[in-house]
Amino acid sequence: MSISLPPATENNSNSLQPTGWLRFISFSLDHKVIGLQYLVCGFIFYLIGGVLAGAIRIELLSPISDFLARDVYNQVLTLHGTIMIFLWIVPVVNGAFGNYLIPFYVGARDMAFPRLNAVAFWMIPPAGLMLITSYFINGAAQSGWTAYPPLSITTPAAGQIVWIVSVLLLGGSSIFGGINFIATILKLRRPGLKLMQLPMYCWAMLGTSILVVLSTPVLAGTLILLSFDIVAHTGFFNPALGGNVIVYQHLFWFYSHPAVYIMVLPAFGLVSEILPVHCRKPLFGYITMVYSIMAIVVLGLVVWAHHMFTSGTPPWMRLFFTIATSFIAVPTGIKFFNWVATLWGGRITLNSAILFSCGFIVNFVLGGITGVALAQVPFDIHVHDTYFVVAHFHYIVYGGSVFVIFSSIYHWYPKFTGKMLDEKLGIIHFVLTFIGFNLCFAPQHWLGLNGMPRRVAEYDPQFTLINQISSVGALLMAISTLPFLWNILYSFIKGEKAGNNPWQALTPEWLTTSPPPVENWSGEAPLVTKPYGYGEKNSDEGSSPITQA
Amino acid sequence: MGGIWALDNLNLLPVVASSNAPIYDELFNVLFVIGIILFVGMTGLVIYSLIRFRKKPGQVGDGIALEDNLPLEIFWTAVPAIVVLFVGLYSYDIYERMGGMQSLSTNSHDHQSMNSEGRVWGGIGLTSQDDIEKNSLPMINVDVTALQFAFLFNYPEGEIVSGELHVPRGQPVSLTMESKDVIHAFWVPEFRLKQDVIPGQPTVINFTPTKTGKYPIICAELCGPYHGGMRSTVVVEEPEEYQAWFKQNSKQKEMEL
Ligand code: HEM
Ligand SMILES: [Cu+2]
Ligand SMILES: [Cu+2]
Repeated sequence: MSISLPPATENNSNSLQPTGWLRFISFSLDHKVIGLQYLVCGFIFYLIGGVLAGAIRIELLSPISDFLARDVYNQVLTLHGTIMIFLWIVPVVNGAFGNYLIPFYVGARDMAFPRLNAVAFWMIPPAGLMLITSYFINGAAQSGWTAYPPLSITTPAAGQIVWIVSVLLLGGSSIFGGINFIATILKLRRPGLKLMQLPMYCWAMLGTSILVVLSTPVLAGTLILLSFDIVAHTGFFNPALGGNVIVYQHLFWFYSHPAVYIMVLPAFGLVSEILPVHCRKPLFGYITMVYSIMAIVVLGLVVWAHHMFTSGTPPWMRLFFTIATSFIAVPTGIKFFNWVATLWGGRITLNSAILFSCGFIVNFVLGGITGVALAQVPFDIHVHDTYFVVAHFHYIVYGGSVFVIFSSIYHWYPKFTGKMLDEKLGIIHFVLTFIGFNLCFAPQHWLGLNGMPRRVAEYDPQFTLINQISSVGALLMAISTLPFLWNILYSFIKGEKAGNNPWQALTPEWLTTSPPPVENWSGEAPLVTKPYGYGEKNSDEGSSPITQA
Repeated sequence: MGGIWALDNLNLLPVVASSNAPIYDELFNVLFVIGIILFVGMTGLVIYSLIRFRKKPGQVGDGIALEDNLPLEIFWTAVPAIVVLFVGLYSYDIYERMGGMQSLSTNSHDHQSMNSEGRVWGGIGLTSQDDIEKNSLPMINVDVTALQFAFLFNYPEGEIVSGELHVPRGQPVSLTMESKDVIHAFWVPEFRLKQDVIPGQPTVINFTPTKTGKYPIICAELCGPYHGGMRSTVVVEEPEEYQAWFKQNSKQKEMEL
């Protein structure tokens, strides 16, 4: 590797860095700056992806293909999916919060490899720009975010190749990030801090990063072979040249199912940080939480073929993947019960952060239930590749991950900026998002069951009304971003001062100033052995579970 | 309760038109009821906790310092495990009744379109095994070709090539499908059956239609700009009507020759 990696404790490199807002557009090595870069950059892509979703929902207002040309529709669909996954959810739940929080949580001053970290971030904007500009130059890819051959080999090559290169860059960025998280969590822990004392988000990121490092290279290899098929007319996946299209699907989903966990496990971790603070209670069942994360990681690697039940998979394979997939519900269920137990008996402040977290629990439970149903081969045979699946995965990625991202922003904004967000606007944001989201996606279950396939620009007229209802929901979701954006911008300038620890939280990122200094703590890092030490027994004495070193 | 009401009143699934569909609906109903119970239960718990344990004005201090409770955690590891085990076993049973476990060699028939390796995949929907024994009707074999953006149905016996699939009510049908270009999928919601149609690899799907009528055949795999328009119709007719259609079309063929 050509990049030399400075020891993490060396701060001299940072003193050469620009200060003020310029830091945020520089090759900063500060993990906090990089985290916020990920967050803002991801949010911009989210808005773009959201506009594309809007275009899809406008097209689907009527049963005929009238708003977008047919091939443009497929490009918009492909861009929407790719942007939302690879430029919004993955970079934000991993890159943004991971970079910001993990060094605090392990008691370090930065990530293990700050330069690699900055490189990983700076791979994202060019990859995203490339992907989006391909639409204006030769047309974007139009074979969906799954890029199944032979369709991806026969659609216009230019857009597809740009898509491959940009996903490779984003995958590379994600691998660099994963390596960095693993190294930081395992190697940079402050002396005296044991693994089983880490905040849960560390475990989530450790598990996620293992998945990233194990599975993303498989996607990269697969896409490289696919690009050979496209430009060099090799025949890996091209049946006309003796290739096998099913092999692509296996390789693709070997990454892309774990990708779902790469999008939700960090979100699970974030929720585990947020709930105890606002419920004033310890996180329930720390040890079972840790084991569930690891169980999800292991099982998550062996369930991929549940995306291929109609691809002509042999019966034994169908059964194996049904069983493996169903069993993921067990560790996942444990986590949800533990969260409810965390609420139980708490002293809950009903603020935006807690509402979005609880919205996440409710939405994700529904997505998880339809997920277990989809894992049953005989059930999936009817609804695979229909709007039922679209509803299911939006309950997971939107109802799950996006709700958690919003919750996290409400929770950590005071840390990022030293200002409070406005609670009234936050609650309006939550109510609009929750109603809009459910209005948009709940009816899609019915559409799929009754015969509407996914990825179509035209449909049977009997589905018009339900599609229009769904589009109204999407409109509400679009509107809901306005109070949020206003809140973020207004509070940044005029918001109430937050003080260092407005939530009286115990995790280490709160035991410093808000926003924190470059070196995270002015003195030595605190040793937090009980990050969830809330609860009556120590509240009156103020006997702190934190050992100040 | 609400779930059962919804099952009865919301028309959650389309018409039942194959012997596979009632089995599917049985599974659906069971999953739906379990799902509703779990969802309502969890949502109820969340809302109840938020209301009951919300911080009331004037309250200070923390909640209870409850960190874990082993019996409780064992309990809610066991509950999902049992539910999932039940669902798995039950859906296995359903799958078997749908014919999913039937070895394909018994059902595959010497088809000219079967490629040399003889690898035919798919095969769910063979509920007809029962039906075959019951009414000893022969299996109707149809070769399906999918291409951007249409389905073609070829009846080897009558040398018919049709854009619509005609089948008689009550008689088992076996489709051997192959694609000419990209991946498509054959889906009839009223039959609750779907199978991808793949280039270079024949796939099989079987069904026994049970209700006369016209049902849409929908391509369910993204296959290009006109994917949304790639539809055809399956016409389920009384056996006599089907025979008439079959004769007429094979005769036409003879006259042309
Ligand atoms: C902003 C609100 C959103 C709306 C209104 C929305 C709407 C839609 C619609 C209508 C489709 C087309 C479904 C189809 O025809 O297959 C779609 C596809 C998709 N969406 Fe979203 N979506 C939203 C957010 C998200 C988010 C946050 C993600 C995060 C991962 C996401 C991931 C996807 C994916 C992966 C696809 C499939 C694309 C493909 O088939 O290649 N969406 N979305
Ligand atoms: Cu999956
Ligand atoms: Cu199609």
